[in-house]
Amino acid sequence: MRLFSWRFIRVWQRNRDVFLRLWRPEAPGFFAEPILILLAMGTGLGAYVGLVNGQKYIEFIAPGIIASYAMFSASFECTYGSFVRMEYQRTYDAIISTPLSVEDVVAGEIFWGATRSLMTGTAILIVASAFQLIHSPWAVLILPLAFLEGLMFGSIAMLFTAVVPSIYTFNYFFTIFVTPMFYFSGVFFPLTSFPELVQRLSWIAPLTPLVYLTRALVSGQFYPGLIGAFFLVLGLTAVFFLAALPAMSRRLLK
Amino acid sequence: MAIVKTEGLTKKYRDLVAVDHVNLEIEEGECFGLLGPNGAGKTTLIRMLIAASPPTEGHVWILGKDLQKHAREIKAVIGVVPQMDNLDPDLSVLQNLLAFARYFDIPRKEAHRRSLEVLTLFELQNRMSSQIRELSGGMRRRLLLARGLLNQPKVIVLDEPSIGLDPQARYLVWQKLTELKSQGVTRLLCTQNMDEAALLCDRVAIMHLGKILNIDTPQKLVERYGDSGVVEIEVDPASRAGLIRQLKERGYEYTEIANHVHVFTADSDAALQGLVTSPLRLRRRQATLEDIFFRLTGRSLLE
Ligand SMILES: Nc1ncnc2c1ncn2[C@@H]1O[C@H](COP(=O)(O)OP(=O)(O)OP(=O)(O)O)[C@@H](O)[C@H]1O
Ligand SMILES: [Mg+2]
Repeated sequence: MRLFSWRFIRVWQRNRDVFLRLWRPEAPGFFAEPILILLAMGTGLGAYVGLVNGQKYIEFIAPGIIASYAMFSASFECTYGSFVRMEYQRTYDAIISTPLSVEDVVAGEIFWGATRSLMTGTAILIVASAFQLIHSPWAVLILPLAFLEGLMFGSIAMLFTAVVPSIYTFNYFFTIFVTPMFYFSGVFFPLTSFPELVQRLSWIAPLTPLVYLTRALVSGQFYPGLIGAFFLVLGLTAVFFLAALPAMSRRLLK
Repeated sequence: MAIVKTEGLTKKYRDLVAVDHVNLEIEEGECFGLLGPNGAGKTTLIRMLIAASPPTEGHVWILGKDLQKHAREIKAVIGVVPQMDNLDPDLSVLQNLLAFARYFDIPRKEAHRRSLEVLTLFELQNRMSSQIRELSGGMRRRLLLARGLLNQPKVIVLDEPSIGLDPQARYLVWQKLTELKSQGVTRLLCTQNMDEAALLCDRVAIMHLGKILNIDTPQKLVERYGDSGVVEIEVDPASRAGLIRQLKERGYEYTEIANHVHVFTADSDAALQGLVTSPLRLRRRQATLEDIFFRLTGRSLLE
């Protein structure tokens, strides 16, 4: 199997240039939504919710919102974004006629997706800090974690992009996989509040370990289970990343 | 030594053989034309030569190196002008070139210099900061050509480069392609335009149904297959069948294009005149590459 080379950075740079050109109309939407949800749910719903440990509800959901929107960023970038570049703009075809390989393109796209996750995570973290929802200095580690999360969801999305017949298929990816995780991975309620079966499903959702890891970094309260969660994220990232490379080769090199 | 060499190069898509055991040797510095009707397999062949499509069978060597093993190295010295526009619509004209230069690891300053150079070459220097969607079709084509030269390639592969160009732009492109010869750049030119092939190519290959039917200089091809000249006969549909029957009976070589029949013959006009009761028009002329193309592939380019 062929791996990628350092040249993937060229694809990342291309995406960065496009972002710097076009971010003005797009970026506010991306950042405004999580911040609105955080404030609306946190203050609105928060008025009715009492947590066992006396924590404010808005503090409880802030780390989950960071993790969720980091997931959305990489997922959108490496599905719709990548598909448009691949199928409609034929950008990948142009790039692979240069010294770059398909693997370089895939890696560049996934690292760009992770960069989008990092940007989203940073923006929400800043707002959350401004509202004094962040109490631990460990919270700075949310940034590399958001990047790793972006690599994982970017890889999952890229694998999906390599096999979808049309852009409409992404609707399924979001309604069946991504959006449910937003509601069932412990962002808004502790998993123990769900029925047994839902809890089991929640534990295998890849967003769950990230919600718990992010929450621990915000509160500074750590426990042994987090080590497992971290290695689970690393493992999933490696598996999906390595699966996306040959899948995209099969699609492009016809 | 051939700069591009293929052996038994074959591409199958399920049960369709798009390229069928093609053996090619393209010499350094020459302009090699690839002619063939729609669906002949030209683009598929080219895609295999630039490592964009893995062959089902056979091998490609470029600059003496096995393409499969040295794809990166080889792609660094190949320029590609694809049949389908794949300019980056998210970037401006200049940014397109700069991003492309970066794929080739051309340092920033040099990239700027070369970008301006190729833009000027194709008279696009005034459109530097335009969006791609603001360019006309012909300008996009010229930008694709400019982009193909950015890495100062040793071999440039052009898939129908002059499609959609106005006559002036076409002459400009032809002139640039001719100038590349003096720089020793090998050109592989895929085209439907017979004038273009006759004007630019040192040798042409005629491709049909995935196979190369013939390779020769344009002139020799015309001499070999059209030495006698061509008589164009325009007939009304009613008398057409009769004419064809007569031609067949007398063993004439001919091709049919709509309601024109082209006969390859040195016989006098009078002899032909007798074959059809009322020709609308009868005209004798020199054979062109296009006639040879029809004769060998039996197909019109417009199909
Ligand atoms: N990805 C593909 N999958 C299946 N069939 C394909 C694919 N690409 C090309 N073909 C088929 O291979 C044959 C050769 O196509 P190709 O594009 O190489 O023709 P061409 O000579 O470039 O034609 P044109 O002059 O129209 O550009 C055609 O029958 C085409 O339908
Ligand atoms: Mg073609």
